[in-house]
Amino acid sequence: MSELTITLLRLGYLVLLWVFVLSAIAVLRRDLAPRGAPRASKSERRRAEAAPAPSAGAAAAAAPAPARRGGPTRLVVTTGPLAGTTLPLSSASILIGRSPGCTLVLDDDYSSSRHARIFPQGDQWYVEDLGSTNGTFIGDAQVSGPQPLAPGVGVRIGQSVVELQG
Amino acid sequence: MSVDVETPAGRTVEPTERRPARLAELFLLILALAAGISAFAMVGRSVTGELPGDFWAVSLLLVGIAAAAHVVLRLRAPWADQVILPAVVLLNGLGLAMILRLQLADTKGADAWSQMMYTALGAVIAILLVWFLRDHRWIRRLTYTAMLVGLGLVVLPLLPVIGREINGARIWVNIAGFSLQPAEFAKIAFAIFFAGYLVTNRDTLALAGKKVLGLQLPRIRDLGPIIIVWAASLAVLVFERDLGTSLLFFGLFVAMLYLATERFSWVLIGLVLFAAGALVAASVFPHVGARMDVWLHPFDNELYNAVGGSYQIVQGTFALAAGGLFGTGWGEGYPYLVPYAFSDFIYSSLGEELGLTGLLAILLTYLLIVQRGLRTAIAVRDGFGKLLAGGLAFVMALQLFVVVGGITRIIPLTGLTLPFMAQGGSSLLANWIVIALLLRVSDNARRPSALPMRGTVAQGGGMHDPIVVGAHDGTTPGGGVPVRRSAADAPSRGSTPSHPTEAFGGPLDPRRDDPRGTTGGEHL
Repeated sequence: MSELTITLLRLGYLVLLWVFVLSAIAVLRRDLAPRGAPRASKSERRRAEAAPAPSAGAAAAAAPAPARRGGPTRLVVTTGPLAGTTLPLSSASILIGRSPGCTLVLDDDYSSSRHARIFPQGDQWYVEDLGSTNGTFIGDAQVSGPQPLAPGVGVRIGQSVVELQG
Repeated sequence: MSVDVETPAGRTVEPTERRPARLAELFLLILALAAGISAFAMVGRSVTGELPGDFWAVSLLLVGIAAAAHVVLRLRAPWADQVILPAVVLLNGLGLAMILRLQLADTKGADAWSQMMYTALGAVIAILLVWFLRDHRWIRRLTYTAMLVGLGLVVLPLLPVIGREINGARIWVNIAGFSLQPAEFAKIAFAIFFAGYLVTNRDTLALAGKKVLGLQLPRIRDLGPIIIVWAASLAVLVFERDLGTSLLFFGLFVAMLYLATERFSWVLIGLVLFAAGALVAASVFPHVGARMDVWLHPFDNELYNAVGGSYQIVQGTFALAAGGLFGTGWGEGYPYLVPYAFSDFIYSSLGEELGLTGLLAILLTYLLIVQRGLRTAIAVRDGFGKLLAGGLAFVMALQLFVVVGGITRIIPLTGLTLPFMAQGGSSLLANWIVIALLLRVSDNARRPSALPMRGTVAQGGGMHDPIVVGAHDGTTPGGGVPVRRSAADAPSRGSTPSHPTEAFGGPLDPRRDDPRGTTGGEHL
């Protein structure tokens, strides 16, 4: 075999190794997108298109619609380990705590497993402490019974603060 | 929120629940096998001018192993990580090719066929483990058994009849003609023990104790286990004269303590303890001191010519230099000039023939395995799985650092083996078991679950419908039924003001005026 072929084989082999490494890294890039996100965004887009049309009732009914006109549309964690986490609001109540069964699962040693509940009633959202060890606070005031919660008001749960936002 | 997609049949399915086809793994496996098998062919062509005698057998076995593992993963662990297996197959194939190359050059001790057999055995054990171990949490009940097994394995080489001393390190046992390096298996046992022990005791270790200079110091009595492990790893260093294994065990424990408690003080305490132990050992024990001398002054003429001196490491350095940026090509260099070029110094052999470019690809492949392990540890939901995957991934990274660092003279040379590449049955079997455990945990971590992961939102926030306290208001159709408006009623997102404070109850928002007072009153 000629010298040139040998050199080409030698370099080609290194290229093959790097093709492997780069393909593997390309596979890893999937991790950067949240699981199922591309599909979700596609179907959400379809729903968004379908929603204004009155006939597209079936598709739009499943959409996580905000409970009421002009009310808050999302719950945002503003401080704490999960700061930045956002939940879209539906008409269902939101259970917050460490237990995996909660809607918002906190990674926080100072919160109880089922710590507090934020739920809609009529046109208003309420926050209620579920007998947590360290309590739930709005500002400095401890939440005892169900208490109305206005958007932009921070609720302190353990080390986290959550608030409703438009 | 769950995402439902209407199928033509009208049934709704969860798209995220679909089993992955593992096509990425298949594709990467084909690349890895191509790299391994073409390496066999190139080695034979340049050393003997023809395909090596074992070419077809070795290639077919490698393909068979990869295919079997792939099929088993599809059946039994469909969610397991797709990069780990191809990376392992690639590394194993490259190691085999280098051993075959050295064997063809009549290097004493290089035996590609036995390495192939151990590869097959390791893969079979890994496949059986993935097949029969359905849930890694089952291993947690073996916590203290694993500790006893680990300590037993460490002590084994010191026993009089079966223990063997080879090249100054007493880390071998010889049973029925087979020599084993029990420390390789002990590292798995210790990882299991530490994971089980720490997941129960992490809170005491993390929270009890006082703060000094911003460091949370643990209480003296909580230091018990770390001192025992420190003593055990020092005992390995002293009685078995194996710096690498000692570093490996101790590093594993410190890293897992850090993973469990998130207290940097443990890392600091660990580093200080190890530095103190190593300094004392270097001054008291001559063999450790000799290693240090070789590390610091390898080009000293006296040391170079001494028995057990720096000849090996200097030759390894020359081999790496000869390889340069692109290497000499498979079978074109002189890797056999380095003692133990097929086991302890396979890294420098590969460096000579594949060059820095090839070495970096190999190191990145290891890094991929480690990254997948750590990523699995982040994603898995149970504490035991987190610690186990994190510990196993870390120990592989540490072993790689100790081996490569030793050969490139960043740290003193130790007798550890490069996982999957260096010739040696124990190392191969143990690392295939590590891979099986990582795959099992990663299957568990990536399997979609009704339970939300930490820091994520539950599927379908509607799981917990509100318990309605007051009576219904005018807009709710049925009393006590949670509010769920029809589609026509729901505003499109565009109508919602973007600023949070504007959205609520301002005087300019007529929609707010009416119902607020009534429902609030009913509720309170």
